[in-house]
Amino acid sequence: MLGYYVDLAVRSLKRSPGLTVLMILAIGFGVAASMTTYSVFRAVSGDPIPWKSSQLFVPQIDMWGPKGHGGDGDNGDPPDAMDYTDALALMHDHRAKYQSAMYMISPSLVPSQAGKHPINVGGHAVYSEFFPMTDAPFQYGNGWTAADDEQRAAVAVISDKINQKLFAGANSVGKTIDVDGKDYRVVGVLKAWNPQPRFYDVSNTGGFTTNDEDLFIPFLRAIDVDMANSGNTNCVDIPAQSGFKGLQQSSCIWMSYMVQLDDAPSVEAYKSYLDGYAREQQHAGRFSWAPNNRLRNLPKWLDAEHVVPTDTEISLLVAIGLLVVCLVNTAGLLLAKFLRRSGEIGVRRALGAPRTAIYAQFLVEAAIVGFSGGLLGLLLTGVGIHSVSWVLPKDIASLARLDIPLLLLTLVVAVVATVLAGIYPTFRASRVQPAWQLKSN
Amino acid sequence: MQIHPIIVALRRHKAGTLLIALQIALTLAIVCNALFIIHQRLSHLSEPSGIDEANLFVVTNLWGEQYSTDEAAAKIQQDLAALRQLPGVDNVTPADSYPLRGGGWDNFITLKPEQVSMTTDASVYTGDEHFLRTLGVKLIAGRDFHADEVQNMGLRQNFVPPVTIISKALADKLYPNGDALGKPFYSMSDKPTTIIGIVERLHRADVSTWSAPYANESLIWPIRMAQPWGVFYIVHTKPGQLDEAMREAPKALYAENRMRMISSKDGVRSFAQIRHLAFESDRGMAVLMSIICVVLLAITGAGIVGLTSFWVGQRRRQIGVRRALGATHRDILHYFLTENFLISLAGVAIGVLLTFGLNLWLVERFEMQFLPLAYVLGGMVILLLLGQGAVFAPALRASRVPPVEATRPA
Repeated sequence: MLGYYVDLAVRSLKRSPGLTVLMILAIGFGVAASMTTYSVFRAVSGDPIPWKSSQLFVPQIDMWGPKGHGGDGDNGDPPDAMDYTDALALMHDHRAKYQSAMYMISPSLVPSQAGKHPINVGGHAVYSEFFPMTDAPFQYGNGWTAADDEQRAAVAVISDKINQKLFAGANSVGKTIDVDGKDYRVVGVLKAWNPQPRFYDVSNTGGFTTNDEDLFIPFLRAIDVDMANSGNTNCVDIPAQSGFKGLQQSSCIWMSYMVQLDDAPSVEAYKSYLDGYAREQQHAGRFSWAPNNRLRNLPKWLDAEHVVPTDTEISLLVAIGLLVVCLVNTAGLLLAKFLRRSGEIGVRRALGAPRTAIYAQFLVEAAIVGFSGGLLGLLLTGVGIHSVSWVLPKDIASLARLDIPLLLLTLVVAVVATVLAGIYPTFRASRVQPAWQLKSN
Repeated sequence: MQIHPIIVALRRHKAGTLLIALQIALTLAIVCNALFIIHQRLSHLSEPSGIDEANLFVVTNLWGEQYSTDEAAAKIQQDLAALRQLPGVDNVTPADSYPLRGGGWDNFITLKPEQVSMTTDASVYTGDEHFLRTLGVKLIAGRDFHADEVQNMGLRQNFVPPVTIISKALADKLYPNGDALGKPFYSMSDKPTTIIGIVERLHRADVSTWSAPYANESLIWPIRMAQPWGVFYIVHTKPGQLDEAMREAPKALYAENRMRMISSKDGVRSFAQIRHLAFESDRGMAVLMSIICVVLLAITGAGIVGLTSFWVGQRRRQIGVRRALGATHRDILHYFLTENFLISLAGVAIGVLLTFGLNLWLVERFEMQFLPLAYVLGGMVILLLLGQGAVFAPALRASRVPPVEATRPA
């Protein structure tokens, strides 16, 4: 029977090619607009480390007190980054399974070959536990040890890109690189690793970034050699003393902090530890306000930091609006098309076809329109994703991909939506009175 | 033209009528809000910066070695001399930020030292005695910096210079009576800084939405930044020599001292490029919304053509009867135009509610602004015209139905 309905539908669609093309175009454009914006939205709202994002937490401490509050958009949250004093205190207490304070650096690498210009690289000063915590993938070697942290060892983990540039991609573990005029021993080379959003340091990168992560060196080592931070610095008071040392003694925030807590009891324990810490500071007179801490897991943290750009959300909503209009449009056209065939329906019903048969016939027709619209939509989505970099900032546009799930979703959305749009017209068609139609013919 | 018979006829096409009206309503809601977004974004693109953008470019110079403040200050002076010797170069100033850079240094400003909440927020520029002239900023009151007022400042050194030049927007915010010149203010410090000059306009360094309430509020301190990481050189060229100077500048700097990094990709940027980059996402959003508007209007228009064509086909016999009873071509044409006008009117009436609903939701969720009434009126006119335009061809075909159709079976 299905083959017969498909045949009937194709005949009917051929009979009014204008209307058919119009419906296919509407579905195609509507689906393509939604899917293109969805692909961008999916890319920016995705979980950068799905296998353990629920175990990664970002502690926040209110080191600013009332001075940091007030003004537009204040929701009582403590600052979203860490000052030096509190970051070091938390590192010292070492209450989580893994933890790392970190700050953004941007030193220069001087190639050993004479005559080559130095190159500017981006990276982070981190603790040894950063690597197991973020599951950073190593190509050669490993991260450094906790002992290296303590001894402020001159060791470095470099990116695959820098390894290509300086060592032609060979295993460079044990080799030496020149960072800001000082020698560092390479202990590890990462595989290509570019998590988006940059979940471990949202406050400095804003989430999505085209900056490379080329170099990681031990946190205390970077502090020792006065390697200044290259990310954001926010202050409520101007530091009492000058220079990088003055920044370290101030309440200015310029660091990110991440911990790994594997189960609910350890999360609770860490929470009460943070509260205890803040109370201690209150007793010591450093904070003159009650503890106001947060401990969000990674997905909640990304949400709180508004990592998904609002433009992306608005675009998706408007595109979905476009799809809805296209469906209303298709519903109207299907209604016209189906009711035009009242005579044919009358004959079929008079010859004994039940209503369900009419339903099946017309829904098959709607599905065929939807499927054709979906195919066109696929084509247009492909074009859309390729040209989205014209329209959106590079750091976001480059993340949009056309993959198998998106292909399938495009087709499914097109067919399901068109069949939904066809339900009312089909209902109307099934209610055609055979006697009326036969008589008027 | 009588409206009553049209309404009676429409009652027999309830579903089709409702679907067209609904489509028009939704289209109006989306198009109005999208047009508003487009307008807002486009008005950003042409925001004046107050500087002579056509003849300016910026060199991002990163040091290849670690320098102390004094060393960096000396290197900067050598670089400035090298740049000034280029034939196309008019003036150069070292800076740690520039307008439209997209982020940078901003300070809370208060009128009293003990004030807890800020009076306003200002974008902070540091500049020497060449800053105003190089950027081509127009001084409208007071004076420029003297060379002996300019101090060197190293990384995170903190002092508040005793004098400052501010933008008119900031002056008006602090002293609304227009008497800001010579007055002090406080900037995250208990030491005052005195306003010695006011410039007509100087765009902030950032272009984010959070700073919209503080638009064009900027201050310049007489400071020569000597950071260990590097410096921006803002270069003003003689007319027509921008491209040439942009090519020569990095060569001259490398010839002066090799231990530096000027990215071949974005180390030298003209202000045209800086502006392009600063408003990239705004332009993109405007383009995206425009595409969606055009597709939406096209589909709605085509939908009206399709459905009206069907109705015309369905009513050929009735049209024939009317023609046989003496109705003219024009009467039939008007019938369909009026019918569409009534449907469209109902559509835009519902649409206005949807438009404000959608806007309200966008305001709530995304902190957008309220939609001005002009957009809604404009959107209504667009959709009514679209409807009339779309229905014209099928209506014309209907008017050509000959009276003899009345005698044929339906």
